[in-house]
Amino acid sequence: MPRNARDVVFVDGVRTPFGKAGPKGLYAETRADDLVVRAIRELLRRNPSLPPERVDEVAIAATTQTGDQGLTIGRSAAVLAGLPKSVPGYAIDRMCAGAMTAVTTSGAGISFGSYDVVIAGGVEHMGRHPMGEGVDPNPRFLADRLVDPSALVMGSTAENLHDRFPGITKERADAYAVRSQQKVAAAYAAGKIQPDLAPTAIRSAEKGWGLATEDEPPRPGTTLESLAALKTPFRVHGNVTAGNAAGLNDGATACLLAAEDVARKIGLTPRMRLVDFAFAGVEPEVMGVGPVPATERLLARNALTMDDIGLIEINEAFAVQVLAFLEHFKIDDDDARVNPWGGAIALGHPLASSGVRLMNQLSRLFEERTDVRYGLTTMCVGMGMGGTVLWENANWEGTE
Amino acid sequence: MSDAVVRGAGGTAPREGTVTGLAELFGDEVVTRAYVRDVTLPYGAGTLALITLDNGHDHTKPNTFGPGGLADLNAALDSIATRDDIAAVGVTGKPFIFAVGADLNGVPLIRTREDAHAIARLGHDVFRRLGELDVPSFAYYNGAAMGGGVEIGLHCTYRTISSGVPALALPETFLGLVPGWGGTYLLPNLIGAEKAIKVVIDNPLAQNRTLKGPQAYELGIADAIFDSADFLEESLAWTARVLNGDITIRRPEVDRGKAWDDAVAAARWNVDGKLHGAAPSYTRALDLIAAAKDRDRDEGFAAEDEALADLIMSDELRAGLYAFDLTQKRAKKPAGAPDKALARPVTKVGVVGAGLMASQLALLFARRLEVPVVLTDLDQERLDKGVGHAHGEIDKLLGKGRVSPDKANRLKSLITGSLGKEAFADADFVIEAVFEEMSVKKKVFAEVEEHVSAECVLATNTSSLSVSEMASGLRHPERVVGFHFFNPVAVLPLLEIVRGERTDDATLATAFATGARLKKSCVLVKDAPAFVVNRVLLRLLAEIVRTVDEGTPIEVAERSVAPLGLPMPPFVLMGLVGPAIALHVNETLHEAFPDRFPLSDNLAKLVASGKTGVYLPDFSLDPEAAEIFGGGTSPSTEEQVRDRALDALADEIRIMLDEGVVAAPQDIDLCMILGAGWPFHLGGVTPYLDRSGVAERVTGRRFLEPGVASPPA
Repeated sequence: MPRNARDVVFVDGVRTPFGKAGPKGLYAETRADDLVVRAIRELLRRNPSLPPERVDEVAIAATTQTGDQGLTIGRSAAVLAGLPKSVPGYAIDRMCAGAMTAVTTSGAGISFGSYDVVIAGGVEHMGRHPMGEGVDPNPRFLADRLVDPSALVMGSTAENLHDRFPGITKERADAYAVRSQQKVAAAYAAGKIQPDLAPTAIRSAEKGWGLATEDEPPRPGTTLESLAALKTPFRVHGNVTAGNAAGLNDGATACLLAAEDVARKIGLTPRMRLVDFAFAGVEPEVMGVGPVPATERLLARNALTMDDIGLIEINEAFAVQVLAFLEHFKIDDDDARVNPWGGAIALGHPLASSGVRLMNQLSRLFEERTDVRYGLTTMCVGMGMGGTVLWENANWEGTE
Repeated sequence: MSDAVVRGAGGTAPREGTVTGLAELFGDEVVTRAYVRDVTLPYGAGTLALITLDNGHDHTKPNTFGPGGLADLNAALDSIATRDDIAAVGVTGKPFIFAVGADLNGVPLIRTREDAHAIARLGHDVFRRLGELDVPSFAYYNGAAMGGGVEIGLHCTYRTISSGVPALALPETFLGLVPGWGGTYLLPNLIGAEKAIKVVIDNPLAQNRTLKGPQAYELGIADAIFDSADFLEESLAWTARVLNGDITIRRPEVDRGKAWDDAVAAARWNVDGKLHGAAPSYTRALDLIAAAKDRDRDEGFAAEDEALADLIMSDELRAGLYAFDLTQKRAKKPAGAPDKALARPVTKVGVVGAGLMASQLALLFARRLEVPVVLTDLDQERLDKGVGHAHGEIDKLLGKGRVSPDKANRLKSLITGSLGKEAFADADFVIEAVFEEMSVKKKVFAEVEEHVSAECVLATNTSSLSVSEMASGLRHPERVVGFHFFNPVAVLPLLEIVRGERTDDATLATAFATGARLKKSCVLVKDAPAFVVNRVLLRLLAEIVRTVDEGTPIEVAERSVAPLGLPMPPFVLMGLVGPAIALHVNETLHEAFPDRFPLSDNLAKLVASGKTGVYLPDFSLDPEAAEIFGGGTSPSTEEQVRDRALDALADEIRIMLDEGVVAAPQDIDLCMILGAGWPFHLGGVTPYLDRSGVAERVTGRRFLEPGVASPPA
């Protein structure tokens, strides 16, 4: 039976405020699964026209899938969120691109006709699950020289990127980081970030219950001078610092995807249309360059050039990795299309959850920028990958 | 000696009151801390100061309030009351627990009414501040809330409750107190007298029933209900909308007219009918609710202070606290039970017999142990009927939604029948429920022993026969134990575990472990005639029947013990257990103690007549039964009957203790509370026999030292 691919739309997305990982962080005594449950419930609450039993799948990503991020987090979160037991769920892992992959995979399922409505998202509690928790790398990686010894240390891969792009200096990276902080501060002041946030209960045995209402990581007062003084923990006299990289964070995201016709029938308003996506592999020791081949592949397949792209939400794992992308596509470091409301260097990067944060922000930007037709969300991925998703603004007012 | 200084209501000039000695009485208090944290409310509603009540332990040790906890909450309120930058105050608990009320551990040590009054006032002085701040206050009932825990919330301007709250209750009257930290005043003024009485009076009277979150919301105790998954977040969002005026709270208007008075009057009638004035807490609570209609807060709270002070010093409360402690602690750690480690696993159970009791036991074992249970009987028809009855009961549970269809299938598959006792070959625990006749029981056990392993426990549900004699003649008498349930076995929580002369520790440990898995409270009893509950009940009954035989009208005899507030009058009890069984136990006891347990010819005649009691189906006295008991010529007054009955009780219990039937008076009381439903305000029975002077008069001494279940000397 011939089948037609269906249009897939991004309806809505929410997230918990992001916290700093560690014993003093917002979520130090909050469970990871409770974070994603909160995001899912808030998402459903904001879309009351969606009968919960119409959700066909709950795809939730986590990089470390043990403890409170284990137990098939998509399914257990669905049950904990009070979705009908008939709603299935599963867990996804593509490290930093976990939530992005949750969206592309479940979105592809919608397009194929297997789902009408899905919830996709991610969670990472890096305080409870430090990066690399419990990993057991195969000794052949090194014995057979499959990867460079630095490949598994993300900061080292960022230093490697500075080697590959000698024109990207520490000063450029720091300047980018300062702008990210400034853009986030401005976006907060303008009330652009807050609508995506689900205030989340936090508890501390020492302080009692509280409520997380804002992201904890941003440092609005950051200056070039203050960044210059920071240590370069991954290489002596190196370039990568805590200031020009995303921190270690806790947080969760969730978004609602649907077949476009179903969304309209149920009464859900699409914000953007999933056009296509691409993932690509690169040498693991320079994983930060991953978005370049992924984006090239995606643009080529869709007969677009970077000139056709009006907004780019690129994950800021490291400033150098963003700058490498911009340099490749001959985009200025301070191009207004790129992360207009700032990025992960300021907001934080709870690994597997970040993909949907990029989408949330792109979809909000699309609402304001009805002149823009296409946007990208893109991110680099550990073990040498990149992922890019091409979106079409549902509110685009232009004509073909 | 440290003093707790308490500030008065917020916003008014602090009223200084010094509470002397309380902190010392509550020296072991696990202090519930009141943590204050600022919360930025959504929708721009400003800052809320959120108080978290947390005693630092997990949910198995709930938050309670003694002087230390109250002082901490007071200090938290001090820090809030001086602020002008907050829009509201919130109070919530630790995970799964809001707060379960006053810390009662220090109460038995309170010696003076002055101290009692001080602790009462201390609670008011602190809690009422929540209702008298310059900003609105919100209680978020996130988990279990009892007594003072509920009252903290009642003082607040608004309340939300989690749909997951497993229990909310004001159980004070059950113990012998009143919900006197605002409960009797605030609750009826919030939800009306009728609904308040349901919480304050009716539920405690109904085996201390509690409300679930949705029920409490339905009653109007909370203004909003939210799912437990994000209860606090949604409560705070709701708070913001209330503060912004987006949500207006509409509460049904309380009927302050006749409905209020009628509700109180109906409750008085109900309480009096059940307790005959024996438990002052209920009456006192009703007095307070009745007057709450016309009192202002100061008057209402002051009246509660007086009531609490009186009741804290009352014998009934002290007995109630003693009884509560028995059921919470002693019932879970039975005196004299051997090391748990000696218990052997029970993976299959045999039940000899297929009568009503046998099938009830089969169902209980299958439900609680979830192991195969096989019934045996010589008669296929009886066997089918017995198994069928158990399966029918499972269907009833299924119909009521108490078990799922899968669970029902599982339970049914666990309960099977067999004509031959070879089906017991791999059983670890066989209980007999055959005819109450020593020769029959001995024969049955001998047959079972042919098939089972040497370690298989043989338990008897005999209510009066000697366990030791039943074991004699067996190859392994050390594996025989008494396992005496009370009817209905699924409901009554007591299990008398009887150690025979030769019962070994492993068998006894297995019996206790099995009893615990059956969710029964086990009491170790010596192999003495009729054990504990039946012996005490029969001594009472025999004495009262004797007065009727002598010519006292049954009605007079029935009323005689009403002032004790027992669950039912003696002849009603006789009807419930059945005159034949009463006679049988009486005969057993008569055989052992002919002087103290005389046989009543009239009772024998009643049994012979086939009557099931002295009452007709409409609860009127059966004239024919009255006739059977008629003919005596020296009637007694109610008071005389009561005196003789109480004397007999004190006499029998002292003898039982001297014989070593149980380890202590506490075990007698625990048995009477759990097996016969004797009330908390009597402390079971020995606290009452002590405080009424009967024990000393009859036996020359008290059962319990002053202070154990009475105010300290």
